[in-house]
Amino acid sequence: MPDTEHTEAISRKDVQHVADLARLALSPEEEERFQHQLSAVFEHFAMLNELDTEHISPTAQVIPLTNVMRPDAAEPPLPKEDVLANAPDREEDQFRVRAILDF
Amino acid sequence: MNLSELTVHEAQDRLRRGETTSAALTEAVLAQIEALDETVRAFVTVTADEARAQAQAADARRAQEGADAPPLLGIPAAIKDVVNTKGVRTTCSSRMLENYVPPYDATVMEKLNAHGIVLVGKTNMDEFAMGSSTEHSAFFTTRNPWDTERVPGGSSGGSAAAVAADEAVFSLGSDTGGSIRQPAALCGVVGMKPTYGRVSRYGLVAFASSLDQIGPFTKDVTDCAIVLEAICGHDRRDATSAPQPVPNWREEMTQSVKGLRVGVPKEYFGAGIEPEVEASVRAAIEQLAALGVAVEDVSLPHTDHALATYYIIAPAEASANLARYDGIKYGYASQDAETMWEAYSRTRGEGFGSEVKRRILVGTHALSSGYYDAYYLKAQKVRTLIANDFQEAFARVDAIVCPTSATVAFKIGERVDDPMSMYLSDLYTLPCNVAGLPGISQPCGLAQGLPVGLQFLGKPFDESTLLRLAYAYEQASGARYKPALTSGAAQT
Repeated sequence: MPDTEHTEAISRKDVQHVADLARLALSPEEEERFQHQLSAVFEHFAMLNELDTEHISPTAQVIPLTNVMRPDAAEPPLPKEDVLANAPDREEDQFRVRAILDF
Repeated sequence: MNLSELTVHEAQDRLRRGETTSAALTEAVLAQIEALDETVRAFVTVTADEARAQAQAADARRAQEGADAPPLLGIPAAIKDVVNTKGVRTTCSSRMLENYVPPYDATVMEKLNAHGIVLVGKTNMDEFAMGSSTEHSAFFTTRNPWDTERVPGGSSGGSAAAVAADEAVFSLGSDTGGSIRQPAALCGVVGMKPTYGRVSRYGLVAFASSLDQIGPFTKDVTDCAIVLEAICGHDRRDATSAPQPVPNWREEMTQSVKGLRVGVPKEYFGAGIEPEVEASVRAAIEQLAALGVAVEDVSLPHTDHALATYYIIAPAEASANLARYDGIKYGYASQDAETMWEAYSRTRGEGFGSEVKRRILVGTHALSSGYYDAYYLKAQKVRTLIANDFQEAFARVDAIVCPTSATVAFKIGERVDDPMSMYLSDLYTLPCNVAGLPGISQPCGLAQGLPVGLQFLGKPFDESTLLRLAYAYEQASGARYKPALTSGAAQT
């Protein structure tokens, strides 16, 4: 268990900052639990530093496909009613959202 | 024999000879679900009425088409609840999508529907496919049909348990770090992750887009080849879909394995492997050698680094993919927020479960300013090293053979509060996804009465060799693994 001397890899402030970036509301209990759990996870990640990767190029995806093109042809979209059927809130044929500006 | 016990090819033979109907087969499978699913809990949604209608339509179509009918016509199947099914609720076992009814079908569903399958239901999983036990489902935990105190594995635990308990003749799952192969091993069925790009991801709810791949759960290797042929193929709606033609795997898998070379990686028999699991896998490898397969030791030196690599890359991609859940166009929406930003934050805080939140936080941190190079870029570079390990091994051998999981099915509750110990469940399955390779798991024995999985990993697009090896082993061992719970569960 973390004692006062031991600095964890992830601080409470880090958790709050990252949760804010990810638009994720956390309870104070969650913040504390995730701080400890994320610290353990990121401490494990440190093992990657033992590998010298200076001259290694990164792999973003594994199959050698580049610039996949398709014809720029119009196709019928999904029916409007089908798309709006899952909307949490709608007004006529539109998704209803909260105001983003104060007037 | 109860019709629900049939494999795809056995059912197909009987249907073709007119000895049974899809309606009868479907009733047998629905009766099995009725009898067992209260205990097993493989399904989030059972589509009994739709299944009966599809079975009737399949029988009518067979009367028309006769011998030309496609191989999966009228076969009852279960689909992991991460694959979009038009008009049938698709939840990802998340509160976020609890009431989401897709307006379109995934490409794999279009393909299976063109075959005329019977959809019996959508299966439980770890929320958004993040987990190794189904304990991270927002709804309930699926039970292992071999011992209901134990997990079925995950994340596709419902799909594996459904096939093991004869609650579906076959099923589909998705595999991002082992989510097909690990539950297949723990439930004693065959599960395959095809090469990245083989199966279209269009309509698969995205977890980690550079790793996700759909694949089958079946009762034997022949069925695996049949289902694989049905779901693979290029799709212009998935930009990472591979243009390679789909082979006739059912035929290719019967070729002799004599002279094939397989490599045994010492890193996959490390500390933590249960002795009985190792003994089962070693015995299976000896059986392969007796069939004329050349067995040699190989090394995959970066195996120990695959876990960290995977748990940076997958959550990083997940944090981006899951940004779409904003409570506006579909899905859960928090009602008590005042402002737009508060609405986003609360919707996501209330709609996602713990493991999903944990991975969004890990991924967001790994991608954030100041940490990107140290974590994400570093992981992508180590990904290259892991892929190179396999490439070097495949210069010498045709396939890798190893255990699928270091342990048999673990007890419910044993690992759920310790993320690191849960993540270690996938140690032997993750590297295959990181490198984009095909992999298959098949049962190779029992340890403490629970199934052990044998895993083959292959070169990209060389599913043929994996199916040959798996088929040859299955034929030679002659064993069929059935949990006691299924015997006489439902009589029709």
